Amino acid sequence: MRALRTLFAALLFLTGVAGGASAWAEDAAGRTPEPHPAHGKGEHCVADTAFMRRNHMLMMYAHRTEVLHEGVRTPQFNISGCVNCHAVKGDDGKPVSFASEKHFCRSCHSYAAVQIDCFECHNSKPQETGKAAAAENGGEDAAKLAAFLRENKK
Amino acid sequence: MAQIKFRRLDVRSSLLRAMVLVNAFIVAAGLSAALYMETMGHAVTGMNNQVVWGLPHVFAVFLIVSASGALNVASVSSVFHRLAYKPFARLSGVLALSLLAGGLMILVLDLGRPDRLLVAVTNNNFRSIFAWNIYLYSGFFVIVTGYLFSMMDRRVSKMKDVNQAFGWTAFAWRLVLTTGTGSIFGFLAARSAVFGGIMAPLFIASSLVYGLAFTVLVLMTMSYETRGRLCTAEMLGKFRGLLAVFALTTLFLTAISHVSRLYGSQTAGVERFLLVSGGIYPVMFWIGQVVIGNLIPLALLAFMGEGASGRRSLVLASLLFLVGGLAQMYVVIIGSQAYPLTIFPGFEVSSSFFDGAINPYTPTLPEALLGMAGISVAMLIAALAFYLLPFLPQGEEEAEGAYVTP
Amino acid sequence: MSSCSGGDGKAAVDRRGVLQAAGAFAGTVLAPGVTLYAFGGGDAQARPVDEPASAKQRWGMLIDLNKCSSGCTACVTACKDYNGLKSTGRPEIDAQWIRKVSLKDPNTGVVRSAPVMCQHCASPPCVDVCPTGASMKRADGIVLVDKHICIGCRYCMMACPFKARSFIHEEETDQKVNNPSGKGTVEGCTLCVDRVDAGQNPACVDACAKEGGALVFGDLNDPESEISKAMRAQPSARLRADLELDQGIHYVNLK
Repeated sequence: MRALRTLFAALLFLTGVAGGASAWAEDAAGRTPEPHPAHGKGEHCVADTAFMRRNHMLMMYAHRTEVLHEGVRTPQFNISGCVNCHAVKGDDGKPVSFASEKHFCRSCHSYAAVQIDCFECHNSKPQETGKAAAAENGGEDAAKLAAFLRENKK
Repeated sequence: MAQIKFRRLDVRSSLLRAMVLVNAFIVAAGLSAALYMETMGHAVTGMNNQVVWGLPHVFAVFLIVSASGALNVASVSSVFHRLAYKPFARLSGVLALSLLAGGLMILVLDLGRPDRLLVAVTNNNFRSIFAWNIYLYSGFFVIVTGYLFSMMDRRVSKMKDVNQAFGWTAFAWRLVLTTGTGSIFGFLAARSAVFGGIMAPLFIASSLVYGLAFTVLVLMTMSYETRGRLCTAEMLGKFRGLLAVFALTTLFLTAISHVSRLYGSQTAGVERFLLVSGGIYPVMFWIGQVVIGNLIPLALLAFMGEGASGRRSLVLASLLFLVGGLAQMYVVIIGSQAYPLTIFPGFEVSSSFFDGAINPYTPTLPEALLGMAGISVAMLIAALAFYLLPFLPQGEEEAEGAYVTP
Repeated sequence: MSSCSGGDGKAAVDRRGVLQAAGAFAGTVLAPGVTLYAFGGGDAQARPVDEPASAKQRWGMLIDLNKCSSGCTACVTACKDYNGLKSTGRPEIDAQWIRKVSLKDPNTGVVRSAPVMCQHCASPPCVDVCPTGASMKRADGIVLVDKHICIGCRYCMMACPFKARSFIHEEETDQKVNNPSGKGTVEGCTLCVDRVDAGQNPACVDACAKEGGALVFGDLNDPESEISKAMRAQPSARLRADLELDQGIHYVNLK
C-alpha cells in the first residue's frame, strides 16, 4: 500500500504546484475585471435583467431543442436575437466577435469562468438576416414569468 | 488443492523499466497528437468525408476486441474448470480491463467533440448499437472487477459459488460485448463489404486469438516466474494448441465471409477490390493478415520446439498474430470505406464528391501516434496494476515477501 | 398563444414550461415575427412559429432527370450560398450537401446527371445508429443533425447509403445564421428547414426553377400538392429502393 500512498502524494503535490502556479499568474496579471456588459438595443430584453441573468441558459437550452426537434421557431429566445441586440462595437466601429474580451457574452463568462461552446457553431457577430426580438412590454410580464418559474421549481 | 502464491510486480528489472519508459513516451506523444487533432480539427488526419474512420479506429477496435479475448485464461479456469490455468486467471482479468481502457481512450480522443463525452452518457438512443456498447463496455469493467475481487478476497475466494457466478457472468458478458463490437460493422446495411451477421462470430474468434496472444506476451515479459518456472512445457503446449485452434477458426470465418461475398455478383466488386485490385488492401489482406498474421505463426506453432526455443517460437507467433490482427482490422474498417458505395447500380458514376471513385486515405503521424498510445496505455495500466496488487502468480511453495492467498 | 400555462401545469421546470411561460407575455411581440415569415412563394403554408412540425406533412422532393442538364450546377451553388458552405481547398474534406452525380450507362454510353442529397428517409439508418440521438427525424420527415448533442463519432456517415453527410474537419468562421456549423460535428442537407418552416422552398428548388425546373418540392401527404400531382402523373423511383428506407426524395426518368 506504500505505493498507493506515494501515488496519491505525488498527485496531491502536482495539483498543488499547478494551483499555485495559476494563482501566481493571476496575481501577476491582475484579477479578471468585473464585467460591465453593454446594454442591448430597445427598452428591455425578452425578460427583465435579473431574470435573464439567472435563467438565460435555461431558456436558450430549451429553445434549441424546440427549434431543432420540433421546429418551434419563436424568435424571442433565438441566439441570433441575443447577438444582434447585444452587439458590442470594437475600436474599428464594427461589432466584435467572441474572440474579443469585449464581446457581451464573453465578458461575463470569462468573469464567471463558465465555458460556452455556442460560438463554435453559431456566429457571434450580428447578421442581417437575424431577427431582433426586444420586448417593449417587458417588466410586468417578466415578473409573471419569474413567478411561474419559481412556483414550478419546487 | 495446493495453494497458489501471488506477488506484486518486481520493478527492479531494467528491461521492465525500459519498457515503462518507452510506453510512457508513446503515451505522451499520443496525447499530444490527440490535443493537436482536436485543436486543428480532423483536417490534420488522413480521414476525410469518404473514409470517415481511420487508423485510430483500427487500433481502438483491435484493442477492444483483444480485451474480451484476454479474459480467455480466466474463463477457461473458472468456467471450464481447467485448474492449470488458474494461476494466470487474475493476470488475464487485469489485462482485459487494461486493453479495454486503452481502446476506449483512442475512440474517445478521436471523437470530433471529445469534450462532449458526457452527452454520450446523458443522451442515449437505444436503437444504436453504439449506445448499447457504452453500457456493454462499462458493464465489462464492473463485472471483471467483481470477478477479480471474487478471486482475490480472502473470504469471498473461498465461496466457490460466488466465483463461479462471476466467472459465468464475465464469460457471457464478453461474448455479448464482442458481438456488439462486431455488429458496429455487421449492422451497416449500406456497406456491403461488412454487412452481415458473420461479423459477430468473426470478431469473437478474432478476439480469442488477439487476447490470448496478448496474455502470452504479458506472461513472458512481466516476471521471472511467469516467464520461467510457471510456464511449464505443459502450459506452453496448452497455449500453443489454443492459439492454433483460435487462429484457424478466425481464418475459416474470414474465408467464408469473403467467399460468400465473392459469390454474389452484387458484392463481388468490393471483394475483388479487397482481394485483388485494391492496392494496399489486398497487400494488407494477403501479406499482412494471411501470411504474416496467420500462416507464419501457425507454422511456428506447428514446428515449435521444447524449452527455451519453444518459448521463443510462442512469443514470436503471438507477436505475429497481433500484427495480423491490426492488418485484419485495417482491411475490415478502412478497406470497406475505400470502395465506393453503389448508389446507382448499373451506371458508371462520377461527381465532385468522389462518387464511383476509390476513396483516398493516407494515415498521418498524429493518428498513428494516438493509435499506438492506446496500446501503450493498456500496457502501462496493466503494469501499474501488477505493481500495486498481487496479480502475478509465483508458484506453489512459500517465497519470501510474497503475498499469500488461498 | 393560448397554451401558455396549460398542459404542463405543475411540472418541474422543463423546457416547455420555461418557454410557454415566456411565450405568455411575449405573445404580442410575435405578430411582427409572423408577418416577417409570411413572405415566400412555396407550395406550403407557413406554419405559425410557435407550432411544432407535425406528421400531417411529409416533406419530399421529386427530381426529374430529363429536366436536369449535365453542365448545370445551380442547385449546388444555391445550397452553398444559402447555407454558407465554404471550400477548404481540399475537396475530400469539403462539406457537400447536394452534389451532381454524372451517370453513364455502360451499354449505351448515354450520360445523364442526377442531383443527390440527403434522401430524408422515413427509416433513416443515420438516426438508428446515432448513439446520442443527435441524428434525428422531425415529425414532418425532415432528417436533421442536432449539433448541440453531436459528439462527432461519424457513425451516421458509415451508415448512410447515399454519402449525404459531411463532417466538419476545420474551424469555421462567419457562419450563416440559418446554418450554425462548427468543427467536429456532422451535418447534411436540411431541406433548408428554416425556409420550409417559413413556407418557402429549399434554396436548391428555387434556383432550379430558374434553370430547368427539375426539382419539385412539397408535401407528399397532401394529394393536392404539386409534388403529389406530379408523382401521380408519371412513374418515379427511389435510390437504393432495395434498402426499403422510404425516402422523401423521389426521382423521375432515372432509368
